[in-house]
Amino acid sequence: MSIVFERPKALADVVTSYCPGCTHGIIHRLVAEVLDELELTDKTIGIAPVGCSVLAYNFFDCDMVQAAHGRAPAVATGVKRANPENTVFTYQGDGDLAAIGTGETVHAAARGENITVIFVNNAIYGMTGGQMAPTTMPKQITQTTPYGRDIKTAGFPIRICEMLATLDGTAYCERVSTDSVQNIKKAKNAIKKAFQTQTERKGFSLVEVLSTCPTNWGLDPVKSLDWLRENMLPYYPLGVYKGGN
Amino acid sequence: MEKSLMKGNEAIAEAAILAGCRHFFGYPITPQNELAAYMSRRMPQVEGTFLQAESEIAAINMVIGAAAAGKRAMTSSSSPGVALKSEGLSYLAGCDLPAVIVNVQRGGPGLGTIQPSQADYFMAVKGGGHGDFYKVVLAPSNIQEMVDCTYTAFDIADRYRVTVMILADGILGQMMEPVSLTKPEQKPLPAKDWAVTGKAGRNRNIVNSLYLSPEILEQQNIIRFKKYDEIKKNETRAELYKTDDAEICVVAYGAAARISKNAVDAAREKGIRAGLIRPITLWPFPNKEIFDLADKVKAFTVVEMSMGQMIQDVELAVKFKKPVNLCSRTGGMVPAPEQILESIERSI
Amino acid sequence: MNRSILLAGFGGQGVLFAGKFIAYIGMLSGNEVSWLPSYGPEMRGGTANCGVTISKTPIGSPIVLSPDILVAMNLPSYDKFEPAAVSGAKIFVDSSLISRSPERSDVETFCLPAARLAESSGLKGLGNIVMVGKVIAETGLCDLDAATEALKKTIPPRKTDMLEKNLKALKVGMES
Repeated sequence: MSIVFERPKALADVVTSYCPGCTHGIIHRLVAEVLDELELTDKTIGIAPVGCSVLAYNFFDCDMVQAAHGRAPAVATGVKRANPENTVFTYQGDGDLAAIGTGETVHAAARGENITVIFVNNAIYGMTGGQMAPTTMPKQITQTTPYGRDIKTAGFPIRICEMLATLDGTAYCERVSTDSVQNIKKAKNAIKKAFQTQTERKGFSLVEVLSTCPTNWGLDPVKSLDWLRENMLPYYPLGVYKGGN
Repeated sequence: MEKSLMKGNEAIAEAAILAGCRHFFGYPITPQNELAAYMSRRMPQVEGTFLQAESEIAAINMVIGAAAAGKRAMTSSSSPGVALKSEGLSYLAGCDLPAVIVNVQRGGPGLGTIQPSQADYFMAVKGGGHGDFYKVVLAPSNIQEMVDCTYTAFDIADRYRVTVMILADGILGQMMEPVSLTKPEQKPLPAKDWAVTGKAGRNRNIVNSLYLSPEILEQQNIIRFKKYDEIKKNETRAELYKTDDAEICVVAYGAAARISKNAVDAAREKGIRAGLIRPITLWPFPNKEIFDLADKVKAFTVVEMSMGQMIQDVELAVKFKKPVNLCSRTGGMVPAPEQILESIERSI
Repeated sequence: MNRSILLAGFGGQGVLFAGKFIAYIGMLSGNEVSWLPSYGPEMRGGTANCGVTISKTPIGSPIVLSPDILVAMNLPSYDKFEPAAVSGAKIFVDSSLISRSPERSDVETFCLPAARLAESSGLKGLGNIVMVGKVIAETGLCDLDAATEALKKTIPPRKTDMLEKNLKALKVGMES
């Protein structure tokens, strides 16, 4: 009997802490598959963020560091500068990367820091109970935008890929989605390209993965995928924003 | 060994390189800029990393990364910048990472002044980050001692997996004195088998400060405090100056201590038996040394370039056996020996 | 030999370098020395000063409040620090930039046009070293050989080609 499906080696044999229907699990798996396929796991150091994926250090079976909220790119910079031969990635959510850690993100990119960032954008703060994120959609209802995000007072969502693509240090950035099998396949290719960008020492690479939060969006998993398609895809167009050739 | 004149800021930087530090992350702020500038010149010559970070917060987090990777790493700043680093200091403690941080103090609060100050005593010794933890705080009072403290700082950091802060001030950072820079003695230190270097050939290493279970975190903190007890026992340092027959004991550290020495000498010329105890480690604090003196002297005079912060620790150490007086300048002002002498005379 | 020396002038006149030179003179003659610059925003293109202490015993405060040797390289510095000098102090004034007469009679004031002397000797910008030469000559701080050794230590390795010019400026000052 041949095995046709198994846990990637780069994923530890533990139960994750994610809610049912959340796409973090898929994204973890994609990262782990890529680490396996590129044979990088043994020399990889992952940086876990603060947010729903705060426990990512338990889930990836490689050396891991847990960082303060938003500081993962700075910690990754320290690790990478200390051991340039290691593969270093951060795994961050939208609040972590695009609010409290915007400075660290932008400057790691501007320096062309040779690290890979997996940016999970689900338009909400998940772990703290569903507050407005920098990527929350206009009119989206959250715990802290009970009347819907009012752009007059709460401003506009940030398009990270578009912003980082303007920086010379960004070697590769692409936005992908987890809303369909086809898009998940594309997401994996993008993640692979990002790690290859790093192994080829080209500079900063980032993959923005549009993701769902059924729990805090108040929708079931399938409807969450519909919501992502209907609301997020028009505002956050998929595609390569920089490099990747 | 031939001596040369060096600024304190530069002496610390060169000493760090001699101690094997190859990763420095900083951000400009007066009066510590010469330290980072020196590193920017020297690090490329020794194949090390100098990185000017986008913020103080980023810099300390880069230190966390390099320390987690098992390397001797360092950052430096001055008071408002060190306040920003508080977050990282707490994480360093929570992750049990060795690191060295320099604070070349300036006057506060707020933007304050760039002139020398000792008003970050509380931040260095009591606070500077959330949670149950301490840093080892070394307080040199001349440029040669800044060199020696830097060597000691890296060794203590590696031996106990703690953060060591070198607490200087604008005078010590900016002034030049003769120093000799000899390579520090290599001490046997524990292997960094906990570092993240890639898990090839072993189980994965995780550097982490998160414990969702309070039972486990409590145990972690208790274990860490046992380590602190070891540090108290082994690493407490103080200099005693003319205290054998002293009736008045001055307590001062850093720049204030070196000025106080002149005042002690001047008092003795006037026939007042004055002495000085100079804590070299502010944490751990030389409680016993001060308590022992409390039986011998009539009073203590604490000299600080602040409104009086260390005086609280002196009072605790003296346990109200003898009066403790304060001689203070603040806001970037520095006491003259005459002012300290007056204070000694008043204490009698 | 206990000395409290204050050197002051515009940024760019080499006041801090001159102070370091004097500190090396003190160090090489077996004394304790300290050098402390003013480091406020005024150093950005404004005034610069540094205090040098030379002492037989360990130095407490490196801050020079009451100099017994004052080197004033511009008028604002002269105005500011002339009153601070101790009675009996030796005050050295660059008269190519300062035209006023001394206000104190309890100090010894030496006026020499250091910047002009330097320039006329083909040593533009070395008025600071001319001033130190004068200080050495009038205070007996050290002899020429010791000053030469100190100068060698003061000039950074990457600028050793400047040594000859500095030595020449030193002699101009000592002989003026």
